[in-house]
Parts: sequence; C-alpha cells; structure tokens
Amino acid sequence: MKYMLMMHASGAGWKDAGIGTWPPEDIRAHIAFMKRFAEELHQSGELVAAEGLAGPEEARIVRATASGVPEVTDGPFAESKEFLAGYWIVDVDSPTQAYAIAARASAAPGPGGAPINIPIEVREVMSAPPPEM
Amino acid sequence: MTIGPEPFPGEHLLRDLAPQVLGAVMRRFGDFSAAEDAVQEALIAAARQWPTEGVPDNPRGWLIHVAARRMTDHIRAELARRRREALVVSQAPEPQLAPPADEAAALDQDDTLILLFMCCHPALSRSSAIALTLRAVGGLTTAEIAGAFLVPEATMAQRISRAKQRIRSSGVPFRLPTLRQAQGWPEHGRGATLRQAQGSPERSRGAADERAERLGAVLHVLYLIFNEGYATSSGPELQRTDLSNEAIRLARLVRSQLPGDGEVAGLLALMLLTDARRPARTGPDGELIPLAQQDRRLWNKDAIAEGVALVTAALSQGSIGAYQLQAAIAAVHDESPRAEDTDWPQILALYGLLERMADNPMVTLNHTIALAMVQGPEAGLRRLKTLDTDPRLTAHHRLDAVRAHLLEMSGDREGAIAHYLKAAARTASVPEQNYLNTQAARLRDGNDNSQRSNDPTIQGKPGAQVG
Repeated sequence: MKYMLMMHASGAGWKDAGIGTWPPEDIRAHIAFMKRFAEELHQSGELVAAEGLAGPEEARIVRATASGVPEVTDGPFAESKEFLAGYWIVDVDSPTQAYAIAARASAAPGPGGAPINIPIEVREVMSAPPPEM
Repeated sequence: MTIGPEPFPGEHLLRDLAPQVLGAVMRRFGDFSAAEDAVQEALIAAARQWPTEGVPDNPRGWLIHVAARRMTDHIRAELARRRREALVVSQAPEPQLAPPADEAAALDQDDTLILLFMCCHPALSRSSAIALTLRAVGGLTTAEIAGAFLVPEATMAQRISRAKQRIRSSGVPFRLPTLRQAQGWPEHGRGATLRQAQGSPERSRGAADERAERLGAVLHVLYLIFNEGYATSSGPELQRTDLSNEAIRLARLVRSQLPGDGEVAGLLALMLLTDARRPARTGPDGELIPLAQQDRRLWNKDAIAEGVALVTAALSQGSIGAYQLQAAIAAVHDESPRAEDTDWPQILALYGLLERMADNPMVTLNHTIALAMVQGPEAGLRRLKTLDTDPRLTAHHRLDAVRAHLLEMSGDREGAIAHYLKAAARTASVPEQNYLNTQAARLRDGNDNSQRSNDPTIQGKPGAQVG
C-alpha cells in the first residue's frame, strides 16, 4: 500500500522562523538529513517519490471560469496558516510502517540540531479495489 | 520483455525455464544472490537474442551456459577485487566446483519448490517476498515487476536486493532438509490446517508443521500476487491484470510438483473461478459491477469448468482447507445461471465451515451476507452488531458497505444512504468509492441508475478514471 507523507510548514513561521533564518551549519545539517533520509528510503526499497516544493510566495491559484479565460491569483500564503513544503510517497506493507517513516521525517534537525517535530500528514494513496471474495 | 501478450513464441518457455536454470546454477555455484542476478541477465539476453536468432535447440542448456559464464565473470571480478584489497588473498574462496549443472537435471522439480520456499521465507516482508518470487521463480525482469506495482525500477531493484541479503543473512540453506524428507508432507499440511481449525491443544512444532507453515506462506504470496492483478482490469493498468495470469501460472507450477495437495489445488481453483468473472466485473468505463449484476454470459466457461473440477476432486479427497472452501464458494456462484438462482444455503454452510477454520472478520462479514440472503436482512443486521466491537474492523469500509446493503434490503433507505456514504469515505479504492457513492445517489434518486452530473458525491477526482 502506498502512502503520501506531507510535510506542512507553518505559513506564519516561513518568513520569521523559516529555514532561511537558521545558522548556516544548521541548514546544512537539515539538508544532509533530508538527503540521507531519501537515500535510506530508496535503499530499503520503499521510496516511490519525494519532492520538495518551492516557497509559497511563488504559488498561484488557478481557476477555470465561465468566460474560458482562467483566473490566476496569488497563492494560498496570505490566507493560509499552513502550506505544503514537500512530500514523500512510500510503498509499505502496513500503515504502521508509514507512520514510522513519517515520525523519522518529523524529527528532522532544526536550529541547534534539535528535532523540529514538524507535523507530517499521512494519507493513503487510493488504489484498486480488493477482490469481492 | 513486457508483462502481457507474448512478444515472441519463446517467452513462455523462457519463464518456465527460469527456476530450473536458477536451481542448476545455484547447485553449481552456491551463491543464491549472485546466481539469481546471473540468471536474470541470461533471461534478458535470451529475450533479446531468441526472437531474431531463433530459440536454440537446447534452450535450458543455453541459459545455464550463459548464466554460468556470468557467474564465472562475477567470481573473477570478486577475486580481483579482494586481491586489490590485498588483505585476505590466501583465504579467498575458490569457486565451488559442485557437480556440473547438467547432472542436476533430475533435481529440477525440487529446485522450483525450494526456490519458492526461499523466496517466500517468513523473514521477508510481504512486498519483498512477492517481488523476489516474481523475479526468481516467475522469471520477470525488475522493470516489469516495478511497472506492475507502480514503483520506480531502482526502488524495486533495491527491494529485491535487500530481500536476497536477508535470505543470505538468515542462513537458509538451498537444500531445505525438511523438503528433502518431504514424502507425504502435504497430508501433514492438511492435518495441521484441520487441527488448527478444531482448536486442538498446542503441540510441539515438528518438521511437518514447519513444512505446512512454509507452504502456507508460499500459497499466501501467490494469492497476493493474484489479487494485485485481479484488482485492476482496465485502462492504463491493464498490465497489472497479467499478475493474475502469472499467479495462476505459478500455482499450476506448484500443483505440478504437489499434485496430491488439496490446498494447492484449492488455491488454483479459487484463482481460476475468480478470474473467470473478470470480463464481466467492470463496465466500459472501468466501473465496478457487483456479482449480482454481472452479465454471466461473459464469464470464462473453460476456467470455470477447470476450477470446478479441481475443487470437486480436492474436496472429495476428504481433507478441507481454507482455499478449497473459498474455491467451493466461488464455484457455487460461478455455476448459478442467474444471480437469483444462487444456492445461498450452500454458501452459508461453506462460510460457516470457513469461519471455524480461520478467525477472520472478513469471512464473518461474508458469512453475514449469506445469512441475510437465507434468513433475511434482519438476521444479517443482528449478526453485524457482534462485529461492531471487533478492533480489526474499526472504521473498515466493508463493515459500512455490508450494513448499507442489508439496510437497503430491509427497506431502510435513509440508513442505507448514510452507510454507503460512510463506506465511500473510508475506502482507499477509487472504483469502489465511485461504486459506493453511486449506490447512495441511486437510493436518493429513487431506483433510477442515472448519475446526476451536479451531484457532488459522484464527481470525478484525480485518479478516478484509473482502474
């Protein structure tokens, strides 16, 4: 079964307490952790995909309109408390394993090397139906 | 190679030979992990060369030769690496010069089984066992397996490689002693199943019990491969349905080695009887069609005939296992010309037996449906209450789906709608969610099947068109 693990960053903290405000060695440690984490998931044969997303300032919201001209507005940053910073998709045998992986991601190091304990939303990826037996 | 229609006439031959060749190479060189890689390379070479150059006169010998050459290269490279490391040159192992591979010809039969037992070792995770079985015994390439499970090829390669490491570190010998003395062991296997079912006191775990357990693990892996393929049957995921064919092929292979085993026959019968309905199971847009509404003329009559014969013969041998019972239930459905002709009392009796054999809430749920069909929805709903407290079913969509169905049968339209929607919100399957939402919409609408496009519950969502 596949799960998407979504890392939610706080919108308010993005500018004031985001990674850009950390000391350089802490940023390096964080990036090294994320790289190693992805590599470990690959090595264990569980990684389907992992991506980090560009900052919310660049996000745009697109809506189709009746006129046929899509409406493009600035992203959710202004009004949202949280935004998606990045995600992993893992293929595991049980939800418990997905939670364990999410917990590791949540403990990524932040300022001073302390775990940031950032919330990770875990959602099962929809799949085919089970047989009717 | 792709899973799917045969790209060339030798494809089947190649896949049939895969476990025999691997067995022969392993006997000669010992190292399972390296031998498995070498055989995979030989299979890929054959898939490339045979279509243009023709299938060689002795295809098995050809594959063994190519794989053995790869093994020799591998060993040389390994020795060179060790020399470069200049540490333990004097202790570097010589290639194990076991008897030439050809002498192992008589042992092929056992090899395939032993390989299956290795690949389905309990030390492996479910997904690892499935991947390794498909590659080492099924002869599929890593790319094909990755494609079938929709994960990157590199990830699947890692999964297979780690599974082999785990087998190596668990020290499973290639010659499983319990298999070497295996005369008559299938009978023990069945005995164990029945003893468990009857709840007899725990006794010391003998070799027979271990064999039964290990065969159970093999059959379970084949069953999971079948389900993985059966679950999707249309559109872009067409490829995956061939996992069902692969599982059926592997089950036939096991049956050819263990023709007297009732559960092996039962599993093969179950696969055939389930797969027979595949053409009727989904509509033109991939939507699920429940058993009762399927066009039974589309069912595969040959598969049904074969499955019915298999399960009838197995049951007449007097030993009963869970796969045989599930196959028997599938046979009752498959043999009913119309849904309303279904022999529900017989299905109810069979689920009763199955429930005694396996403490599985899904079996109880199905038993409940049969109960409702025989004694009416009220009896079914009463029975469902006993399942509400089962922690294994907490928040499980099937419980809601069955309750919705029984409430609809009992005439409680509002209750049925509520539970269809609850089930739809809880399922992780797109086609099933669409089906459940449509059931709720149908009830709201009266008995009309039309799907109102402005109804938010049946609007498409990403992925909804797949499967």
